[in-house]
Amino acid sequence: MSESETADLEQFRSETRAWLEANCPPEMRKPATSDTDVFWGGRNAKFSSEPQRIWFEHMRDKGWTVPDWPREYGGGGLSAAEHKVLRSEMAKMGARPPLSSFGIWMLGPALLKYGNEAQKKEHLPKIAAGLIRWCQGYSEPNAGSDLASLQTRAESDGDDFVITGSKIWTSYANYADWIFCLVRTDPAAKKHDGISFILFDMTSKGVTTKPILLISGYSPFCETFFDGVRVPKSHVVGTVNRGWDVAKYLLQHERAMISGMGERGVGRPLGQIAADSVGSDAQGKLDDAMLRGQIASFDVDEAALAACAERAVDLAKAGQAHPAFSSAMKYYGTELNKRRYEILMSAGGVDALEWESERSRQGARPRAWLRTKANSIEGGTSEVMLGIVAKRILDLPGA
Amino acid sequence: MALVLTEEQSMLRDSARGLISDKAPVSHLRGLRDSKDPTGFSKELWHSFAEMGFAGLLVPEEFGGSGLGCMEAGIVMEEIGRTLMPSPFLATSVVAASALSRGGNAAQKSEYLPKISNGSLLATLAIDEGAKHRPLQTNLQAVRAGNGFKLSGAKALVVDGHVADLVIVAARTGGAAGERDGLTLFLVNPKAKGVSIERTIMVDAHNAARIEFANVEVNADSVLGEVDQGAALLDGVLDIGRGAVAAEMVGLSDEVFNRTVEYLKNRKQFGKLIGEFQALQHRAAELYVDIEITRAATMKALQALDADVAKAASAVAVAKARAGTTATRAVQEGVQMHGGMGMTDQFDIGFFMKRARVCEELFGDANYHTEQLARARGY
Repeated sequence: MSESETADLEQFRSETRAWLEANCPPEMRKPATSDTDVFWGGRNAKFSSEPQRIWFEHMRDKGWTVPDWPREYGGGGLSAAEHKVLRSEMAKMGARPPLSSFGIWMLGPALLKYGNEAQKKEHLPKIAAGLIRWCQGYSEPNAGSDLASLQTRAESDGDDFVITGSKIWTSYANYADWIFCLVRTDPAAKKHDGISFILFDMTSKGVTTKPILLISGYSPFCETFFDGVRVPKSHVVGTVNRGWDVAKYLLQHERAMISGMGERGVGRPLGQIAADSVGSDAQGKLDDAMLRGQIASFDVDEAALAACAERAVDLAKAGQAHPAFSSAMKYYGTELNKRRYEILMSAGGVDALEWESERSRQGARPRAWLRTKANSIEGGTSEVMLGIVAKRILDLPGA
Repeated sequence: MALVLTEEQSMLRDSARGLISDKAPVSHLRGLRDSKDPTGFSKELWHSFAEMGFAGLLVPEEFGGSGLGCMEAGIVMEEIGRTLMPSPFLATSVVAASALSRGGNAAQKSEYLPKISNGSLLATLAIDEGAKHRPLQTNLQAVRAGNGFKLSGAKALVVDGHVADLVIVAARTGGAAGERDGLTLFLVNPKAKGVSIERTIMVDAHNAARIEFANVEVNADSVLGEVDQGAALLDGVLDIGRGAVAAEMVGLSDEVFNRTVEYLKNRKQFGKLIGEFQALQHRAAELYVDIEITRAATMKALQALDADVAKAASAVAVAKARAGTTATRAVQEGVQMHGGMGMTDQFDIGFFMKRARVCEELFGDANYHTEQLARARGY
């Protein structure tokens, strides 16, 4: 980087810091305490608080719900280096994301790469502005880890496809406005070669959803049924029957998102949370020596993973990243997050077992603990991730 | 700063790799071991190192060095780790050079640093006394005598101790073992009266020594830094050494891993390449992820050291702790996946296991650094 570029970046940093200071309400400078405290956008979106609304609107107006998307699609047009500065300044003040969205994390990057101009113009600005909430139609009852064996079929009928079948684990399908969906458009082709990636409105005739009650007592996922849903062929992203390319590209972003889902470096350190319940000795050391050791080992690994996540972004920027590296990060990040919650449960002891009291915020900790068990299943299991690393990065035989 | 190598750093890596892989493959270490070489390293290679500017890599340009940073030192260490090349680079060019340039007065710097840069002076730090690395437990006594001090006590695991021309000794001029106050660093001539040096042949066939100090007289000019206030200087110098050893362990782990993956792709059993077995594929993949995470943590620590040594302690603790567990895992998987061949002396893989064990103890093992992080975070 030249000296003038460095100077420009430093100026951007100080301007950004000042702007965030002026525009991020204090209430938005700490992590969300529950899922209802997260703003997901969409046609029926409601703000859970006034500061949440203010923060979202300020960021939206600046294009910073999607800071690195092009301005013409509602983004902030930031360079990779500027985006990194913005992220680090937001992290420093603990500012939470103004808008959470599968449109931002998953569909957007896929549309930017594979969408045609009309599709980008139609969908990206609405994602950026939080107007449309998206869900992902990937897994099916008989197509989990073996996703490419999916059976939901889309039959050609004039200018439309007619879609019939069902999806499962569709996150927030019951709240979503639109779906990006994998469907089989050529049942005769080999399994990877007959799939298309298609977009449609969840209010279309023939779409129904049914929430699935999980071990956490919540229903973040749904079963989704399609009974002769009619969708214009112009809603296919990329080439018909080449949807697997789009699906894989999107999965890389999904995995990167999931690997970053752990609450790394935000909120109070694990050791201090544990001290609340197990107590400390006169020197301030946790009273449970074995637990203290587990927490310290966790902290080492968490800090190292944070460095690796930072490096992954830098490598991508430098054009040196391996496309399958997100699988490595997804594997480690999700296993680490499960470890974090095992420690939190152990640290909390009896207090972490309450399920319904106000004191426990309706069992927030045990429910979150149970939710993390899905981290290493959703978006590709840990075993699938290790298989991808073994084959695509290490080039081990027998694919 | 981005966690990727700059163009200049990539060139440095390539030239270090070229020299080291060409002149000092693992067979070089094997030869020194088998011939019971009295020096324990190749002087000729050390001169090549000096000519390429590596000996004075961390030394400021005004003292004949290259004036580069810890990132660059780490790049060279990583390459050293790939072939296990025995070299004065760690003790002299990283640790001692840092101690002198960070703590030395004008006279000390101009006396020693140019000689380090041109490869004519070997130096080392004598810190450990007990079985484990516990710098604050330093108990070697330095008692005021006339215009100077008299040193009494013993040091262990002094890297290159039997070939060093200058030993930097951590001693106690005040306070009690365990306290930060009262630590002082001294520059000691190993030929001085009362110094006795025993070369200890180590499991990894690299240089180390035990050194005893029996009323060794040093003058006041031998103090490096401030009397009684050596802890801060020592912290910084040790952290630089830890970052460098972590980088060596990344190189070592990566090399063992590459050799092991290659073996998985060639060895056949049950009519298949053993790399086709999912049990081994997943273990190899897990190890790959571990190494990449440790590599990033180590780069982060080296960058933190270059930005501000005094603020790098936690990043260094993370890197050295991760490097220890990762290298331990890498060498164990390396031997296991090579099967019976991995157990033979004829095969190189055992050399990596032995060196990893020594690197783990050098400047604090994974447990030590994990404990440091817990303390830094206040629990």
